[in-house]
Amino acid sequence: MVPVVPPVRTEGPTPLFGAYGIVKRFGAFTANDGIDLEIRAGEIHALLGENGAGKSTLMKILYGLLEPTEGVVTHRGDVVRLAHPEAARALGIGMVFQHFSLCENLTVAENIALVMPKGLSGRTLKARIAEVGSTYGLHLDPDRPVWSLSAGERQRIEIIRCLLQNPKLVILDEPTSVLTPGEAELLFTVLERLRDEGRALLYISHRLDEVRRLCARATILRGGRVVWACDPRAETARSLAAMMVGVQVREVKPPSGVATGPERLVLSGLTLPAPGLHGTALDGVSLSVRGGEIVGLAGIAGNGQAELFDALSGETLAPEAGMVRFDGVASGRLGITARRRGGAGFVPEERNGHGAAPTLSLSDNAILSRHATAGLSRFGVLRRAAAKALARDVIAAFDVRKAGPDPAAGTLSGGNLQKYLMGREILAEPGILVVNQPTWGVDALAAAHIRQALLDLASRGAAVLVISQDLDELFEIAGRIAVLHDGTLSSPVPAAETTREALGLRMGGANPAEAAEGPVAGAPDHAREPAHAH
Amino acid sequence: MRIDLTPRTNRSALMDALSPILAFLAALVVGGLVVAVMGRSPAAAFVTYFVAPLSEVWSLQEVAVKAAPLALIATGLAFCYRANIWNIGAEGQFVVGGLFGGWIGVASHGSPGDPLWVLPLMLLVGTGAGMLYGLIPALLKVRLGVSEILTSLMLVYVAELLLDYMARGPLRDPAGFNFPQSVTFDDAARLPYLMEGGTLHAGVAIALAVVVLATLVLGRTLFGFTVRVVGASPRAARFAGFSDGRLTLAVFAVSGGAAGLAGICEVAGRIGQLQPSISPGYGFTAIIVAFLGRLSPMGILVAALVIALTTIGGEGAQIDLKLPLDLTRAFQGLLLALVLGADALSRYRVRLVPGATA
Repeated sequence: MVPVVPPVRTEGPTPLFGAYGIVKRFGAFTANDGIDLEIRAGEIHALLGENGAGKSTLMKILYGLLEPTEGVVTHRGDVVRLAHPEAARALGIGMVFQHFSLCENLTVAENIALVMPKGLSGRTLKARIAEVGSTYGLHLDPDRPVWSLSAGERQRIEIIRCLLQNPKLVILDEPTSVLTPGEAELLFTVLERLRDEGRALLYISHRLDEVRRLCARATILRGGRVVWACDPRAETARSLAAMMVGVQVREVKPPSGVATGPERLVLSGLTLPAPGLHGTALDGVSLSVRGGEIVGLAGIAGNGQAELFDALSGETLAPEAGMVRFDGVASGRLGITARRRGGAGFVPEERNGHGAAPTLSLSDNAILSRHATAGLSRFGVLRRAAAKALARDVIAAFDVRKAGPDPAAGTLSGGNLQKYLMGREILAEPGILVVNQPTWGVDALAAAHIRQALLDLASRGAAVLVISQDLDELFEIAGRIAVLHDGTLSSPVPAAETTREALGLRMGGANPAEAAEGPVAGAPDHAREPAHAH
Repeated sequence: MRIDLTPRTNRSALMDALSPILAFLAALVVGGLVVAVMGRSPAAAFVTYFVAPLSEVWSLQEVAVKAAPLALIATGLAFCYRANIWNIGAEGQFVVGGLFGGWIGVASHGSPGDPLWVLPLMLLVGTGAGMLYGLIPALLKVRLGVSEILTSLMLVYVAELLLDYMARGPLRDPAGFNFPQSVTFDDAARLPYLMEGGTLHAGVAIALAVVVLATLVLGRTLFGFTVRVVGASPRAARFAGFSDGRLTLAVFAVSGGAAGLAGICEVAGRIGQLQPSISPGYGFTAIIVAFLGRLSPMGILVAALVIALTTIGGEGAQIDLKLPLDLTRAFQGLLLALVLGADALSRYRVRLVPGATA
């Protein structure tokens, strides 16, 4: 198991994996432009960069999903060709994807069996799952169906799947994006243990504090090139962010004072049954948002955010009209168009396919949510020129980058489409704006732009409700923060009077008053040999 | 070995336009091979199928008269299929439109002085009957969640048997020597011919007008926008405030109405009386036409002409070359498969992944 290290050539030991002069072109677009990267055994190497910097492309090349246009990948100094993921796996490269590929209706063991060699008996597999689980503190009941698991538990399945292949290099793509702070802590313990066993980890993240805590080396990409390689522990989060985006990130003006405007958005005891098998029921959600303030709703995905958003927007009707009040009007039984006419705006989490129809043009997507409130249809006939003008206004006001005069929404990058959708609603000057995950998957510059726009809207007297998994974001813009857990909402507390830890505990379902100790990581014993997966 | 379809990021507009033409050429090649295997000359078959019908005035008129109901029905169906709602029962809505519209023709038989209200009333009743008949599966879907595919299809047989019964029973011409057919309509109940001594009737003009109207409705109105959004992205449609249920009712009403109108145009145009059967399967062929025309009214017009041409040509091939009618049907099916295949290829890149299993 101990790697036979070949003679030192230039500087330092021969890296476990190396990528040299990697160029990947898609047509005229160069996603990777001469990238060098060395990954050594026993290190956690961070790969940083904005959306579109080329991280995903590089990662796919290392995992054999893409072949580079130019450049080579080496394994212990020998050039290797990774034509498909099987070749990468044969060399000991494993990957934990950001978006889980799990079958909800199968059990943990069945999901793992899907990727294992055929002919493995169920009992052997369960034994191996238990063995890996106890070695790394990744506890999972192999017979539980996946739909009943939290995001953190689902991620454990992905990690166990990967570890059963006994990988030498594990690539992790944004692994903490769906985890509570406590769950993330547990993950870090596992990762540190894997590192101490002599495995290499490539850690892709945009959470700079995590990178500074975990990683000894970081490679920062921008525009498909390596702009900097550094020791993140010696840097500040701000200096890393500045290298990523190439300019100083604008500080968002923090909200000031206590909002004293009228109550514009009031929920009283909103209760809804779960929509379908995998949905979350809402249980007596009460909240009041005043004009001029931003209230943040923290919580881990799947705790009722989507259901609450739909109930606010009117895509799901409340059982009683009085459960949702917009500017004093009982709106619970009104559809989304009537709520928009009453001065409300909505930006859902999913951009493609919910907030926008990806195959339709931007001007058609302006009609989508504004047909009733911007006079885009008269006697049932569309006013295309007005729709195009509105789209142009949004594009200009929110600096939306796009190709062509009126392209399909699906061709825009995530950040630009999100700016377009935010602009579409904000230019309507809504009195009440409800946003779910405003900056999910959006690069740092666009995120700052969007947050500032939300603050400006609130300062003009609107009531803004932001549902977000990103606690840093909520602390940046929200005056008060409440936590959504399993369909119930805690009472909001002023952001200045709470901490990440307190919110994190609530997000995990604990009451911070009771559990003062914080999450206890499974005590790792620092055995130095790798796990023997038979 | 695994075959992956990855969406093309930049689709070529040229290939989008060329793909149905290439598919048609490929269908010609395959069809020619089949004809050769059957021991006939592919060149002669080509002439009989595609050239002869276009070379004479009467056969050109026949093509137009056959294409009109196909275009009319398929245009209505395009509204359904664009919104991912599956009306398979246009044949039944066609028959019901012909039956109830034709009933007016039978009832008004012998009215003195050729009253002007008869024909408009027939068209109105025929359209309305098709619309109401189409609303049955729509209501069952919206209220009870019954699959519209099954109910609309099964209602075809109900409609056909109802027409059969009416033409043999209550509406039979009492002076018709027991032939199972109604009286021949008065001139006031017939669509006028557009050419002296020809078969081209006003139903063709109605079909053209509906195609143009449908183009405007789909592209320029909020209703057309709703249909497009529901089809492209159902969740975004709900976000836009468009109701699924209301749209289901609306598109079934539109497609049922269009099929009913086609039915009464056929009865008041080409046939001129009620018979136990009034359709050679127009309502089913129109499904092929709708997809051949890629669910756009103008494309449907072209597709309807192509299908009508092969049908007329197929009749000629039966007589001149002794080629079976089934060959024509097979060719039409082949054409649809190839057009859909070419469409998929212009939208997706096919990638062979060697050795992969998972």
